[in-house]
Amino acid sequence: MIHSLFLINCSGDIFLEKHWKSVVSQSVCDYFFEAQEKAIDVENVPPVISTPHHYLISIYRDKIFFVSVIQSEVPPLFVIEFLHRVADTFQDYFGECSETAIKDNVVIVYELLEEMLDNGFPLATESNILKELIKPPTILRSVVNSITGSSNVGDTLPTGQLSNIPWRRAGVKYTNNEAYFDVVEEIDAIIDKSGSTVFAEIQGVIDSCIKLSGMPDLSLSFMNPRLLDDVSFHPCIRFKRWESERVLSFIPPDGNFRLISYRVSSQNLVAIPVYVKHMISFKENSSSGRFDVTIGPKQNMGKTVESVVMTVHMPKAVLNMNLTATQGSYTFDPVTKVLTWDVGKITPQKLPNLKGLVNLQSGAPKPEENPSLNIQFKIQQLAISGLKVNRLDMYGEKYKPFKGVKYITKAGKFQVRT
Amino acid sequence: MAQDKCHLITQVGQPQVSHCATPLPVQESLALGKHLGKALPAVSPSPAAGRVHDDLKEMLDSNKDSLKLEAMKRIVAMIARGKNASDLFPAVVKNVACKNIEVKKLVYVYLVRYAEEQQDLALLSISTFQRGLKDPNQLIRASALRVLSSIRVPIIVPIMMLAIKEAASDMSPYVRKTAAHAIPKLYSLDSDQKDQLIEVIEKLLADKTTLVAGSVVMAFEEVCPERIDLIHKNYRKLCNLLIDVEEWGQVVIINMLTRYARTQFLSPNQNESLLEESAEKAFYGSEEEDTKEPKAEAASLAKRKPYVMDPDHRLLLRNTKPLLQSRNAAVVMAVAQLYFHLAPKAEVGVIAKALVRLLRSHRSVQYVVLQNVATMSIKRRGMFEPYLKSFYIRSTDPTQIKILKLEVLTNLANETNISTILREFQTYIRSMDKDFVAATIQAIGRCATNIGKVRDTCLNGLVQLLSNRDELVVAESVVVIKKLLQMQPAQHSEIIKHMAKLTDNIQVPMARASILWLIGEYCEHVPKIAPDVLRKMAKSFTNEEDIVKLQVINLAAKLYLTNSKQSKLLTQYVLNLAKYDQNYDIRDRARFIRQLIVPTEKSGALNKYAKKLFLAQKPAPILESSFKDRDHFQLGSLSHLLNAKAVGYQELPDWPDEAPDPSVRNVEVRGAPQGAGCMGGQGGSVSEESGSSSSSSSSSGSEEEEEEEEEGSGEQSEDKEEEEKRPKRKDKEGSRKAAMGSAGRYPLGKRGSSVNPFSLNPAVTPPPPQPIPSSSIISTSLVTDLEGLTLTDTSLTPAVSVPHALPGMSRDPCPSWGLQVGGSASHTPAPRPRQLLSPAFGAVRTYELLHRMAGEGLSVEYCFSRRPFPGDPHMVAVHIQISNNTDAEVKSLRVSEPKLLSGMRIQEFPEIGTRLAPGDTANVVMGIDFCDSTQAANFQLCTHTRHFYVSIQPPVGELMAPVFMSENEFKKEQGEWGTGTGGSQPRR
Repeated sequence: MIHSLFLINCSGDIFLEKHWKSVVSQSVCDYFFEAQEKAIDVENVPPVISTPHHYLISIYRDKIFFVSVIQSEVPPLFVIEFLHRVADTFQDYFGECSETAIKDNVVIVYELLEEMLDNGFPLATESNILKELIKPPTILRSVVNSITGSSNVGDTLPTGQLSNIPWRRAGVKYTNNEAYFDVVEEIDAIIDKSGSTVFAEIQGVIDSCIKLSGMPDLSLSFMNPRLLDDVSFHPCIRFKRWESERVLSFIPPDGNFRLISYRVSSQNLVAIPVYVKHMISFKENSSSGRFDVTIGPKQNMGKTVESVVMTVHMPKAVLNMNLTATQGSYTFDPVTKVLTWDVGKITPQKLPNLKGLVNLQSGAPKPEENPSLNIQFKIQQLAISGLKVNRLDMYGEKYKPFKGVKYITKAGKFQVRT
Repeated sequence: MAQDKCHLITQVGQPQVSHCATPLPVQESLALGKHLGKALPAVSPSPAAGRVHDDLKEMLDSNKDSLKLEAMKRIVAMIARGKNASDLFPAVVKNVACKNIEVKKLVYVYLVRYAEEQQDLALLSISTFQRGLKDPNQLIRASALRVLSSIRVPIIVPIMMLAIKEAASDMSPYVRKTAAHAIPKLYSLDSDQKDQLIEVIEKLLADKTTLVAGSVVMAFEEVCPERIDLIHKNYRKLCNLLIDVEEWGQVVIINMLTRYARTQFLSPNQNESLLEESAEKAFYGSEEEDTKEPKAEAASLAKRKPYVMDPDHRLLLRNTKPLLQSRNAAVVMAVAQLYFHLAPKAEVGVIAKALVRLLRSHRSVQYVVLQNVATMSIKRRGMFEPYLKSFYIRSTDPTQIKILKLEVLTNLANETNISTILREFQTYIRSMDKDFVAATIQAIGRCATNIGKVRDTCLNGLVQLLSNRDELVVAESVVVIKKLLQMQPAQHSEIIKHMAKLTDNIQVPMARASILWLIGEYCEHVPKIAPDVLRKMAKSFTNEEDIVKLQVINLAAKLYLTNSKQSKLLTQYVLNLAKYDQNYDIRDRARFIRQLIVPTEKSGALNKYAKKLFLAQKPAPILESSFKDRDHFQLGSLSHLLNAKAVGYQELPDWPDEAPDPSVRNVEVRGAPQGAGCMGGQGGSVSEESGSSSSSSSSSGSEEEEEEEEEGSGEQSEDKEEEEKRPKRKDKEGSRKAAMGSAGRYPLGKRGSSVNPFSLNPAVTPPPPQPIPSSSIISTSLVTDLEGLTLTDTSLTPAVSVPHALPGMSRDPCPSWGLQVGGSASHTPAPRPRQLLSPAFGAVRTYELLHRMAGEGLSVEYCFSRRPFPGDPHMVAVHIQISNNTDAEVKSLRVSEPKLLSGMRIQEFPEIGTRLAPGDTANVVMGIDFCDSTQAANFQLCTHTRHFYVSIQPPVGELMAPVFMSENEFKKEQGEWGTGTGGSQPRR
């Protein structure tokens, strides 16, 4: 299936290669570079490239291209999903998935890749199993290793691979037994010029951090499970139980993981927590334009809207912007033409406003399109859909765990057309 | 590592940084990267590198593990950067038996990378792995096999083969999984091993653990995807295990099962009229309802139409559906394509929701999913309509995603939603991304052609775009307008005039060419303008692009034909210019057109038809999606994405016209009457079940349905049970289902049935279909033949093994045996004199032909007397015993109206003229030629008052006659019959 993997940074250096079958020459990447040049923007590099003898399937994550070489028919998503899993694993191991991190830990990276694929077919991709096989580097461990000469490779053989629950390792022990759930909801929306909602829906995830000893069997129930329209599960969740009782029943993996992700049906009315008033215009036959944007909160159940950031991709003809912000600070990058306004918290008494002049290239025709505004925000302690966790029960172990649930609402792909 | 870098840098020519002791700062390496990459191959054998390696060699030779480890780490770092470290091979390979696990692992990494290049030296390490294969620890056995099989050295193929075979029957499922992984490796190394590997695959396919399932199907797909017959017996098991298999395995299994189902089941959508009905239902009924009771719906549909979904087909659909909720996009996509290709139209809708969910994922996932959605949305538009807004485009989407979303939106457009979609499109047209704008204009054109209602609106909108400042937008609009106008040119002479004006400004060649073509084509609508345009174009002819020049010639020719008075000279001028053009196409065209349109003495008959040729009615172009008909590729595959056949792509077969025998999937389950542990049972309880079912199973559709429902309800009740031991429970369920399947639905008397009396251990696969030189394996045809025997004859249930399948005969002391088909001569090649043995009698079993109750007091039994039937050697003698249990006498017993399959003959017994007094019995013998088949012979048994319908079905064993044959004779015979198609086989 997956023949080889090349990691390429933004400037086109191949800084890591791994082959699971016969060696494929680096020159195969030339086809990739060609496509990259053609695409101009990194985002537009086609994920699948056909070359005379191979197929290249690539993903772009954290400024690194993961380019895999395929020789025969394979579902492209299979490869793409796997590459993302590799990137996730690096993230998990090194805290970041960057070129420096990979270069610094090249041996661990190699060991990981060796375990994750056998002959191009995924072998062990569960983080819990991998961590039993190869211990993630920590400062303490590297100090200990350098003194005692012990290694990062686990000398106990991984048992998780053999069990029915490969996501959990055996013999987990904690002094403080804790289980935390973060219900994170994101609002995806398109607001049109007049302020009416073209499209809005809520996407949510429940991220968990579970540190429980032994083999706990948890069940998590909601006050209003019917809200969830479409759900995807971590493999640990018993599907039948959800189908029949709408209860999440599972033996959790150890540590951080994503329990479910869900979508609240778009049929439901989504409460949009902010509104934007905007006035952007470019004058004909003069090299300037006006820019005036105000952001305000709608009724949000008494919660404040925080960390508001607005980013705008201005038209190419814009040279510079002279603006004044009543709150927060703004930056305009004349190269990428991106305007960023970091607003912060919105207080309803004094609405934040950004206003001023736009300098256009003289002589160029006026831009036809007004740019769309991308808004980010956060609301603490609120799940905008109204989803509420009812209770968490634990079976199989005697101790009393500490339980916690946190709600948060964020803007997802939130765009205002002007 | 640092040192390596330094040397490279020196090579590249930056000595000033060569003293750095720590890894290079990022920027520097970035700047150098490209050069480094190119310089690498040349650098590796350099003396400098050699020196570095000396130092590594020393470290590897030392006694300290820490030094070795350090050296190995540096070597691996070199490999990772693509540098050649092959000259260290001897030093590294020595450490293969090192005690330190990390060193060992890194040595493995090195070995796998370079063994191919240093085959001889690599052999040194083999013995270590061979030792590892015998280790008591399963993980060590597995890892030894893994590395051994990864070394691509052809010499060790036999060793690998042996190791794989052994590992395939290892106790540990993990080792078996590794064996499955090793199969494709060996196959790629030496494809001659295919036959042996298929054996191993067959064995592993029968494995019941989830760990092995994914890997072995992967091996199956790589080695022998064409051997779909290997799947039959494992089909239900795979379906039931699926949910517990790891996610990557799920993808592979689902894709394989899609292909399998296409060969084995009938199309659920074959009945078109009903289809529409059900599609409507999906449209009006809510999704939830639909998904909850697909079974009930299927059942209700089944009542109305002849098509009945095979329960196995349903099983697959039911068991894959939960996987739509997987977190793995590849699994979701696999299920989606399975539903798209296999599910009844009404049920396909369930996948839309899951696919839309994937659109929230990474860009590359979006890209692939949208490609597939685009294809699906052409075939099944209704499916995605509720999610129309999810395909709306954001200005931050990358262009390739935008264009795909646009494609989907266009496909989804219909009369009801077109106004919404067009309003969206209006927003898009003002985008900064010009490629996207061009695509939007094309999309508008497509909407306009597809939906007549909005054609004028679209056209007006596009005409407005003609005054757009961006030339690309204008050009694209012109091209699209041209296509639209072609549909109804008469009404739009205004637009054509407007476009004629554009020729002054617009520079994009394609657009100019389009305008010229339009004017030429409809020159009669704009008689005043056309010659003027030609005049202008003649002026600028030499500066035009080729594509425009061709259209100028075209325009000139058309004008010459319609309006020669005004344009004769112009045409001559243009043709003269073209005659001396640099491009040969244009010169050619000019010459050709001149001959065609200008009448000369020489020009032939064609001249008369020139007008017809040029101004013929041309059909309007059909604007259709580039994704049309892409669904002949399996969705979700690489080939579908590329719209070209990728290497190793397995064609998705068309549905068969007639369903292949469904009984091939029946599996024997032994010692597990109600799923109480399916391993290790040796008893033959299944024959009881099948025996009892044989009386009733005429394998009708309604019966299958009942069973289906039964299965479903059973499952539901089980759902409420504790879920603690999930996988184990599933296993049980699976085996129980399988048991029910074989019990409930076994169609009696069909050849190629599958209850296999020979496998004592259910984990052991049925014998492979080819003859194998080992004498302990029985040819399939015999196996299948003999299977019939066990089914109808409970007393013959094999308590032991092969020889007992034919009681009596095996006790004969003959050194070698042959069974010869005795029923008819059709299989017997030449009438060779052969010594027929006297039949030996075990307990001859009698069968009931007519029960006392059914026969109103008359009971009839029959047995096969195993004697040649006098008068006809092809006939089987059937001994019939009739007893009268009534109070009255029975008269004139006879056979009448035999209903036989073609070729079958029956020799009726003479009518029993005498009366049969109450309590009396009569014995008669009749002969039936079954024609070597196990089909039943149906006839009526008549008395003076009543008729009874009866049938006699022969067990295969009764159709054979014992023949003496020496071993040599047998082999000869076998050779003549090819690969075991005959009915004879040696014993012991």
